[in-house]
Amino acid sequence: MTTDVLTQKTGFTLAQYAICMNGIVWREALRFLHQRERFVSALVRPLVWLFIFAAGFRQVLGISIIPPYETYILYEVYITPGLIAMIQLFNGMQSSLSMVYDRETGNMRTLLVSPLPRWYLLFCKLLAGTAVSVLQVYAFLLVAWFWDIEPPHLGYLTVLPALLLSGLMLGALGMLISSGIQQLENFAGVMNFVIFPMFFASSALYPLWRVQEGSPMLAYLCQLNPFTHAVELIRFALYGRLNGLSLAVVGGCAVVFMVGAAIAYDPSRGIGRRGPAGGET
Amino acid sequence: MMQSQMPIDSPASPERRPAAAAIAALSIDRVSHCYGPRLALDDVSLDVAPGTFTALLGLNGAGKSTLFSLITRLFGVQRGHIRIFGHDIGRAPGEALRVLGVVFQPRTLDLDLTVTQNLLYHAALHGIGRGHARTRAGEVLAQIHLSDRSGSKVRDLSGGQMRRLEIARALLHRPRLLLLDEPTVGLDVQARDDMLDHVRALVREQGIAVLFATHLFDEIAESDDLVVLHQGRVLARGPLPDVLAQSGARDLHAAFMRLTGTAAEMGGPAP
Repeated sequence: MTTDVLTQKTGFTLAQYAICMNGIVWREALRFLHQRERFVSALVRPLVWLFIFAAGFRQVLGISIIPPYETYILYEVYITPGLIAMIQLFNGMQSSLSMVYDRETGNMRTLLVSPLPRWYLLFCKLLAGTAVSVLQVYAFLLVAWFWDIEPPHLGYLTVLPALLLSGLMLGALGMLISSGIQQLENFAGVMNFVIFPMFFASSALYPLWRVQEGSPMLAYLCQLNPFTHAVELIRFALYGRLNGLSLAVVGGCAVVFMVGAAIAYDPSRGIGRRGPAGGET
Repeated sequence: MMQSQMPIDSPASPERRPAAAAIAALSIDRVSHCYGPRLALDDVSLDVAPGTFTALLGLNGAGKSTLFSLITRLFGVQRGHIRIFGHDIGRAPGEALRVLGVVFQPRTLDLDLTVTQNLLYHAALHGIGRGHARTRAGEVLAQIHLSDRSGSKVRDLSGGQMRRLEIARALLHRPRLLLLDEPTVGLDVQARDDMLDHVRALVREQGIAVLFATHLFDEIAESDDLVVLHQGRVLARGPLPDVLAQSGARDLHAAFMRLTGTAAEMGGPAP
């Protein structure tokens, strides 16, 4: 073991970076498996929307033929990409909650005193959360398939890169938010001020042309909402098509949020400005 | 206060400094740190030589945990320099942190993972492959007599076992400097003595440098180097007999009271 760490004078090998990433993803997966109720609730939430909300609104909200759809579709089919993005949004915020909890309990220190670059550690953490969200999405799609939500077979594959990118963006947003939350109790505010506005002011539940009819201002806000573009990126990818604008917005926001999170967790700029945990000095 | 400060390389006991000419395991040079307007550390300087046990003595609120957070780069150094075996923690954090093992005051184990899983996770964070990590985990668990609990969930361990596990984890990557921030808090007398014996054995047998933060006088042995930290300032540093001689007290408790009384007269940083 000594040769792994101590005889190496400077820097880390690619293998060591890979080992670190593997370890962080592995730990996140273990935690996820230990929290079965988290998996169940992550699955039940979108299914409730699909089975109850969408069924109820099927007759109220008619969907005209809009890209990427080539024919009239059921409302359940329309909101499926939105529900997929919702899974990732909640997962991103759940990861954020988990980071706040880790910081309160001291677990975060284990991660942050690793000798590997901090930005890399945070990226691995982000990737781990994204991987978990992708698993949740495929579990949801499996159940939805029995509800006659059947995108093209190839769509299950082509949606994967979109899921990774949107998962990274939403996870990075959660990480950025977590850096500013001092206590778990404050997390309820995230629900009210981040999750709900992002979800409802988007194209997840209704197409933007419908919103435009009701409120041009709201439609404009929806277009500015990165979550709208995550939904559209997923929607198009699920049908084997690429939405260039959404790709650019989601990719750009992912980079911005990641850089922001790295800065927020930088010891000289972010957490270092706060005092130590309660009771310590 | 500064007049009462004793340099750690005091000529009073040169035989205690076999590595004086060598690079310091830990060098803290004129470090200050503020939380907003509150000054938590004020011009703190100290050295820890390789293969020595240095006790950092201070009451609650003295600044010990802040100092540990700076050494481990949880906080950025605002003023001054911290070097670990010559590596500046701000400029070369990777090189500095890879030779550092740390046990924080609050427990940082993942309670939902097993003993071995906690160790493997730590190993991965240091870039140590699974095969080596498993071997090394077996070794450190044997050292702390927890081999039979390797598959247990951490939440099922006693407080003393958790602390031993944290020390084992800190040693997994074979650090050359070990930081322990009040690791005996919450332990019974026997567990506390066992832990101190174990840490001193690490210094003696493996040549690891140790910085041991405590507020308990009876955890400090005559052979230790001592740093007295009070209200963010170093009041005295050096071998324990030298600190006693300097303060004119017969025991550590009296010496501490005299030193901190002096500091109060001179006025400390803002609370």
